[in-house]
Amino acid sequence: MTNRAAFVGATTQHCSLATSKLDVQSVSKWFRTSRANVHALAEVSMQVAAGQIVCVVGPSGCGKSTLLDIIAGLTQPDAGQVFADGQEVAGPGRERLVVFQEPSLFPWLNVFGNVMFGLRLCPELRGDERRDIAHHYLSLVGLEKFEKAHVHELSGGMKQRVALARALAPDPQVLLMDEPFGALDAMTREHLYDDVQKIWADSRKTVVFVTHNMREATCLGDRILLMSSAPGTIARSFDIPLSRPRSIYNAELVAHAAAVADALRGTMGGGVPE
Amino acid sequence: MRRAVVVTAFFAGLLLIWELAAETGWWSPVLFPSAVSVARYLWGAMNDGTLLEAIRVTLQRLLLGYVIGAAIGLPVGVLTSSSKIMDDTLGSLALGLQTLPSVCWVPFAVLWFGQTESAMLFVVVMGTVWSVIIATNHGARTIPPIYAKAARTMGSRRLHLWMMVMLPASLPFLVSGMKQGWAFAWRSLMAAEIFVTILTGFGLGQLLHYGRELNAMDQVIGAMMVIVLIGLLADRILFAPWERFLHRRWGMDGG
Repeated sequence: MTNRAAFVGATTQHCSLATSKLDVQSVSKWFRTSRANVHALAEVSMQVAAGQIVCVVGPSGCGKSTLLDIIAGLTQPDAGQVFADGQEVAGPGRERLVVFQEPSLFPWLNVFGNVMFGLRLCPELRGDERRDIAHHYLSLVGLEKFEKAHVHELSGGMKQRVALARALAPDPQVLLMDEPFGALDAMTREHLYDDVQKIWADSRKTVVFVTHNMREATCLGDRILLMSSAPGTIARSFDIPLSRPRSIYNAELVAHAAAVADALRGTMGGGVPE
Repeated sequence: MRRAVVVTAFFAGLLLIWELAAETGWWSPVLFPSAVSVARYLWGAMNDGTLLEAIRVTLQRLLLGYVIGAAIGLPVGVLTSSSKIMDDTLGSLALGLQTLPSVCWVPFAVLWFGQTESAMLFVVVMGTVWSVIIATNHGARTIPPIYAKAARTMGSRRLHLWMMVMLPASLPFLVSGMKQGWAFAWRSLMAAEIFVTILTGFGLGQLLHYGRELNAMDQVIGAMMVIVLIGLLADRILFAPWERFLHRRWGMDGG
């Protein structure tokens, strides 16, 4: 616990525990298989203030996706707790929705049906309100013309836009993004950076964004947490005090990204990231 | 339209070659009847009712055996997919028995049930159930776990998760399992009808069998053609609509 206190004090001055939207406290996780006992996360602690975008970067296999699953409530930690708005996270819930890297849209529903899936699970909404919200979020991601399209007819970028609309529609407090653009080409990704920044500027969601792309993290994050692997720990934290919207071609942004990449190389013992 | 013309021309061509080959008289008409004489047999059997009755008897047996086989196979298949132990035990049993050609169940069935409808049903169920178990088991394993994961974050639980996510996600394997089962049920029933001679019903397999006994090659070939036709029609009517639906939604064939 003293470790965590020192870490918080040193790196996140503007983020006090009292106003944290998300508070991850000394979370540890092991994966036991017949061959090995992998220590995936070791006493990971992090706080995310309301309306902040925190990017988690690190080499493959450092446990960043596991950390996100634990925040989502999809995986239970072996030790430690996660608090969302002061409430301990005991399981998945629609106040913390996830955009996954893998295609997670339901192929038996069309685009509109996919966005409606989460809305149908909001008992406080009426039917016409659900439809209005679904239309709204699909036009927000620029896919209002594709409402009736089947999932397999969409490009990779469009699929992730629908996944984003689906995650935003039930109005979650926290948006968790697990390398959502990892499988997309560079041009599509850059478009999506603009969209995410625009949507974030309007909605001010609290976002945890997992990626292994330094420029992506620097473009989107208010803060970048650098993880090291085996076992996964948070090695360093960087504040990115750049104004928004940001472009990944901005020289200052590139300098920040290079600093994070250098630090990552340090934690990996001379290896090259990506 | 063009496709229909090509297909029609192909089969008309086949019939024509058959007829011309029979006309040459190089082979005995007893062993190589002409297309016309087979058509004449089919027309006669249709009119005296033996053919329609055989089709009715066969389809009734097939449907009953198939429904029983699928009703056992689907849940057991889901069960085998649910755990390693189930897969190692029930799964390997199913795999082993599926490799057994269904005609091998006939002696067993006749000793247990005698020359009865039950023997016939038993052979069809045994021929169907293992392949349905294997297809279902395999399909259930290939449902991407990400669907359940995504649904759970959106608040889907228990019954909602099963009905709205797992059931539709499993459609591709359900259809392929049911289709697999149908193909095996059909093959098993024909084996059973040829080898189990009973008086309670005279099916297509028995038509084939007595064609051999009577040395009536036109009956043998005619029955074979009807069997092929029923298999094709079943595929078109029972499974093609589902496969088209899957293709439209999933963008691929059956999974």
